[in-house]
Amino acid sequence: MPARRIELMLCTGTGCVAGGALHIKQALEGELARHGLPDEVSVVPTGCNGFCGQGPLLVVLPDQIFYSSLKTDDIPFLVQEHFLKGRPVPRLMFLPPEKKERIPLLGDIPFFKKQMLLVLRNKGVIDPEKITEYLARDGYTALEKVFTSMSPEDVIEEITRSGLRGRGGAGFPTGVKWRVCRAEKKTPKYIIGNCDEGDPGAYMDRSLMESDPHAVVEGITIAAFAIGASQGFVYIRTEYPLAIQRLQLAIEQAREYGLIGKDILGFGFDFELEIRQGSGAFVCGEETSLIHSIEGESPEPRQRPPFPAQVGLWGCPTVINNVETLANVPQIISRGADWFAGIGTETSKGTKIFSLVGKINNTGLIEVPMGITLREIIHDIGGGIPGGKQFKAVQTGGPSGGCIPSSHIDLPIDYESLKEVGSMMGSGGMIVMDEDTCMVDVSKFFVQFTNDESCGKCSACRDGSDALLEVLTRITEGEGREGDVEFLEELGAAVKDASMCGLGTTLPNPVLSTIRYFRDEYEAHIKEKRCPAKACKSLTAYWIDPKLCQACLICMRECPGQSIYGEKNIIHVIEQGKCTKCGVCFDVCPPRFDAVKKLSGVPVPSVEHGIKVERKKKGDRLEGEHVQA
Amino acid sequence: MAKLTLDELRQKRAEAQKGVYLREGEFRGKIIVHMGTCGIAAGARSIVAAFLEELERSGTKDIQVTTSGCAGLCSKEPMATVEMRNSAPVRYGELTPEKARKIFNDHVVGGTAAAEYALGIGSERGA
Repeated sequence: MPARRIELMLCTGTGCVAGGALHIKQALEGELARHGLPDEVSVVPTGCNGFCGQGPLLVVLPDQIFYSSLKTDDIPFLVQEHFLKGRPVPRLMFLPPEKKERIPLLGDIPFFKKQMLLVLRNKGVIDPEKITEYLARDGYTALEKVFTSMSPEDVIEEITRSGLRGRGGAGFPTGVKWRVCRAEKKTPKYIIGNCDEGDPGAYMDRSLMESDPHAVVEGITIAAFAIGASQGFVYIRTEYPLAIQRLQLAIEQAREYGLIGKDILGFGFDFELEIRQGSGAFVCGEETSLIHSIEGESPEPRQRPPFPAQVGLWGCPTVINNVETLANVPQIISRGADWFAGIGTETSKGTKIFSLVGKINNTGLIEVPMGITLREIIHDIGGGIPGGKQFKAVQTGGPSGGCIPSSHIDLPIDYESLKEVGSMMGSGGMIVMDEDTCMVDVSKFFVQFTNDESCGKCSACRDGSDALLEVLTRITEGEGREGDVEFLEELGAAVKDASMCGLGTTLPNPVLSTIRYFRDEYEAHIKEKRCPAKACKSLTAYWIDPKLCQACLICMRECPGQSIYGEKNIIHVIEQGKCTKCGVCFDVCPPRFDAVKKLSGVPVPSVEHGIKVERKKKGDRLEGEHVQA
Repeated sequence: MAKLTLDELRQKRAEAQKGVYLREGEFRGKIIVHMGTCGIAAGARSIVAAFLEELERSGTKDIQVTTSGCAGLCSKEPMATVEMRNSAPVRYGELTPEKARKIFNDHVVGGTAAAEYALGIGSERGA
């Protein structure tokens, strides 16, 4: 490729594409052509950059200037000013929430600063659809090293020494799994990459696949060599079309190069890799269900042991690793077990990718070293809670995990510490909640999810989740009874004990952990019929404070149910009987009036119809405020 | 018979690495072509092209060619500033593609400023 002076790394992960990144690409290419710049400036579509909340994103190299929230209308100006005339455009640079000054450089943005990129080292730096770009970043050097200087036993030893543990949730030591499978006499053996990511709010595996598919291909090939498998599968859900497309392309390119297939690089090792698509059943993330799904059976788990490493796909020894685990492998081989073991905590090595979502300023995908504290993630990387609200809790591990309250904000994150506080690492979803989140409602949401997704094979999970959901629903609807909390605790423990697979044994976690840390909220719902976060509809009412209402008509106009009485100059009143509690009035009432209130656990004061509004006098107004009379 | 040998893979990798040098951090120096309206009108685009051609021809990877706005001395456009690490920036004026090539070879590659085209050494002071 001829010398260029600028490369435009345009994020084309799913988030940015949804935000219009492909239109931006078209506009950029059109404008560059119009100015005769394509020889000097090139557009490189990359995988997910991670800062999804700010998309569409563009990073200008080599200057590292970071543009966010781009629109196609911005592009002609941007191209002319920056890429032609060399004047970066401040108004398109990142403005941190609640700050006044924009940050021009990627490296200066706190969201990126505290991250450590290991698995995602190529995110935003390469075009994931070109094998040459992966090669240029020392791609497939680990495979070279394995073939030229290591035996399968050496590889297993290296991975074991590195301390790498499964990134799919349970954290089983990867090297041990490989050794068990290697020791099995029976052949053929299989290796499966698990990319069946089902937690609500989690998209680590998808983004990895979209930004660096060859890292997974290289990792799974090394794993196959180590355990002695000649056939591999990547199991990936159909809902991830872009990830599938990029992985498919990567597999084809690797095959074309001869990096998978027969007699790889002339070292006599054969390996074939195929994609198997799942239809998005959450239970397929469980390894025995996943195996059944690949075999064409209905995705139900089976009793373990025997473990898949001994009796797996079609009865043969099979290793199933999460794709994030596999993507770590080339790095460990290239840079050595000692390097990897030097990152993280005593028991948890390396980094972990999290998707940071919920009530947080910087929504996105992050990779951080194990042992980082929740405080660093939430306040430094995440930029804190929007609207100056209070941080209440964070749910890790999705529906199988638990919530961690704000009192544990200095908890260093690793497999063990999360377990200790009643949660788990899980695959890496991290849902942040603020003071407006009701913990009973959250636990109901997750049980609703697992109840839907339970395959129904064992009664503990099937009926247990039904019963949990029924009681939780009752509590949030104000029908809670004395003894409900104790019942939830007892049933939760029973479901944990008696369920067959990981789905059932972990589904009570959200309930048990919220009871553990927020028992008072459960009690308030049951005894006082009060939702402390004012989130449960049945226990909350909207009410307009007649002392604050300025009869501005806005809430009346916006109320979809026409449930607000009032007219010009007459105080507005919500008709409690008609109100559907959608909350629109609360959202639209101008903050300077702040007249709409949420009430819970108290009777709604009645307000007479027809009270004439008493306008605030000029002197009463706050400085700088301008109220239309 | 393997499709690809180890040597062929290494060759392909080396070839691929030529294309992505802008992404690896370290640069030894920077050539800034001034591209205000005045610069563009005076032919700054051909100066950029000349520098890029030289960059490619010589296989230099640690020099960045970039653009910036008007340098304020519009009558001397096209202009360029060469900033090599650990030495004062040199500003050149009234450039042609030929002069640009000579500057590239003398100053950027050779390490001696092309004094005959230089307008001055150093930059304006910030307030």
